[in-house]
Amino acid sequence: MATDAGERWQDALYDLLRRHNVTQFAYVPDAGHRILIDRSLADPGVHSVALTTEEEGVALLAGADLGGARSVLLMQSSGAGNCINMLSLAKGGRFPMLMLLSMRGDFGEGNPWQFPMGQAVEPVLHAMGVIVLRAEKPDDVISTVEAALTMVFQSGNAVAVLLTQKLLGAKAF
Amino acid sequence: MAMRYPQGVDVAAAMAAGFVLDRCEAVPALIGKAEDFLIVTGLAGTARDIAALTHDSAQIYTMAGAMGGAAMIGLGLALARPDKRVLVATGDGELLMNIGALATIAVLNPANLSILVVDNGHYGETGWQRSHTSLGVDLEKIAIGSGMQRTRTVGSEAELADGARLLREGNGTAFVVLRVAPAEPPSYKRNFDPAACRNRFRDALLGPG
Repeated sequence: MATDAGERWQDALYDLLRRHNVTQFAYVPDAGHRILIDRSLADPGVHSVALTTEEEGVALLAGADLGGARSVLLMQSSGAGNCINMLSLAKGGRFPMLMLLSMRGDFGEGNPWQFPMGQAVEPVLHAMGVIVLRAEKPDDVISTVEAALTMVFQSGNAVAVLLTQKLLGAKAF
Repeated sequence: MAMRYPQGVDVAAAMAAGFVLDRCEAVPALIGKAEDFLIVTGLAGTARDIAALTHDSAQIYTMAGAMGGAAMIGLGLALARPDKRVLVATGDGELLMNIGALATIAVLNPANLSILVVDNGHYGETGWQRSHTSLGVDLEKIAIGSGMQRTRTVGSEAELADGARLLREGNGTAFVVLRVAPAEPPSYKRNFDPAACRNRFRDALLGPG
């Protein structure tokens, strides 16, 4: 999946986030976010925060906002389930939150363990007041995340952009 | 003022295990001048400690839900504002719910972040059930094991000054466990609206707009 075209949209995505003054990158390591994570680690202008579980990242995003900074939470779809109660900060506290999810348990998935959470991502996030957008192909990514950035940091929403398996390709088993 | 013990708590056992200080006196003594900090609290007890101490001022963000988030909210705030000293004041139960946050924070080790755990060994808000720290778990050792180098456990009045100094010194994240008796925190009616408290905090720190 690490094709040249794939590399390009991920680099463009990192540059887009930086242009919008995102300075805290929080993540549980994931292959789908490898380039973003590596770029954040190499960038002296941002804090690259490796989490032990995704809900830590939801709380980090709220703290960054209290201090006037912009942040993003990168996770795999399985991590969405780990965030649910902490997303009370989004729905109740109206903290702006930008989340990018690399999907599993979705288009062409070969690991049956990934389906329960993968298929539950959208209804579970909707239940907690998170707006869900999907990117299905490389050309979608920048415009979708650009829209999400406006919805989050201008309008004060919590938005998850799903980087789908149609976009990323299904992991081979 | 005498400590108020809830019914059914084994106070003698708690005292024998070193949970003796009165949080209503020890927390203000440790923090000192609260205006020097941006403060994020946990739920219930520590929210009341800090709201009472500051009269629910705009430089505090208290929680009444999203349990387990206090330390990481503090990290996000500390990274966003290296020019300010950030204090997380939370309880043993709240920290235990996301104990992995200590690993996350220790790796980054921000110098302007201090974590104060008001450890009463109990889940005071839910009926005073004993927490893991009454059953052998040592939060300072977990912090040390996570890589934090500036840690203390404060269990007596004689140790308060040293703990207070650690919370204010800045060459790495400080982690102070304050062991207190399983007694009621101060009564204080604080703002429970999480969005209003967010706006209040941001307006005070960042200015309106």
